Amino acid sequence: MKMEDIPKEELVLSGHSACQGCPLTTAMRTVLKALGKRTIMAIPACCSAVIQGMYPNSGVNIPLLNVPFETTAAVCSGIEAGLATQGIDDVNVLGWAGDGGTYDIGIQALSGAAERGANFLYVCYNNEMYSNTGVQRSGATPKHAWTTTTWKGKEEERKDMPSIMVAHNIPYVATASISHPIDLYEKVTKAKSIKGTKYIEILAPCPPGWRFDYSKTIEVAKLAVQTRAWNLYEVENGKYRINATIRRPKPIEDYLKLQQRFKDAVKDTEKVREMQANVDARWQWLEKMVEITN
Amino acid sequence: MIPLSKPKKGASGKTGMWRTEKPVLDKERCTNCLLCWVFCPESAIYRTEDKVEIDYEYCKGCGVCANECARGAIKMEEE
Repeated sequence: MKMEDIPKEELVLSGHSACQGCPLTTAMRTVLKALGKRTIMAIPACCSAVIQGMYPNSGVNIPLLNVPFETTAAVCSGIEAGLATQGIDDVNVLGWAGDGGTYDIGIQALSGAAERGANFLYVCYNNEMYSNTGVQRSGATPKHAWTTTTWKGKEEERKDMPSIMVAHNIPYVATASISHPIDLYEKVTKAKSIKGTKYIEILAPCPPGWRFDYSKTIEVAKLAVQTRAWNLYEVENGKYRINATIRRPKPIEDYLKLQQRFKDAVKDTEKVREMQANVDARWQWLEKMVEITN
Repeated sequence: MIPLSKPKKGASGKTGMWRTEKPVLDKERCTNCLLCWVFCPESAIYRTEDKVEIDYEYCKGCGVCANECARGAIKMEEE
């Protein structure tokens, strides 16, 4: 697939209130283009809510619901059931939440919906913190990262949410990055064709939260993949597949030093070594999973 | 009654007002690779027949397009 095959029609309209250089709108544009106009979306409290929540106007050109923080997946189950009752089968249901609304607050509803096998796509755009409320730590914040609630760097490792979703035995789980739009587009297109609960997680580097210049959003996302800090893979019916094989990864410092949230961590060689070791171990684990499941 | 919002371009006004620097496209250098178009967080770069155009009414001037352009065809200039 080529870049020009991505549809021209914009479903995220210009003049919305997201920050300059916001990664979530880039992600949402590509995801909605892949799903098409016949899509209903549910969005909880998160940065996305400011795009369509500016009553009386909405910046998103499809029907959507603003829902309480923890209910995204429950609402999607309801929409899907309503559509099924009416015999409508050509409408996509999309749950769209941040990492706070997925890893922490929305996990119960999501787990329940996945267990029931509700037919919808859940997208988590992961900016690794509660950006909308002013940069607090979340279950997705990586170890040693600064947030307003982890002044000296977070002490705990982040959750492995994609693996939690794989453990629900759902037909499709994938990770993506805003820096790889064709990969993201293809993953959403694939998820659209599968019946059941689908989960896609998109890395979304947040300029004010991660503290880098807003022109570097895509650069940071790209470096995350090139240093293996964020891996692009998909799990289809339990089978793992790596989508971006990084043969010669860049050192993790290249990724860390662009972000002020790691400014203390990069000064500590022991912490950098630890982060590099974690990233390497994660890649080995991923390769092992590909080997075991195929 | 449930309050319903209607889709509208410029839901938050003319966001071009936010800009301090504006991207300027050199059409001679542009190869229409569409990287700027796909990455624009604002949907403010649109495709025409053969090239891309920038919608200055809404472009917030983040500079992602200039940073990502592989040909260096977009430069940021002070307003």
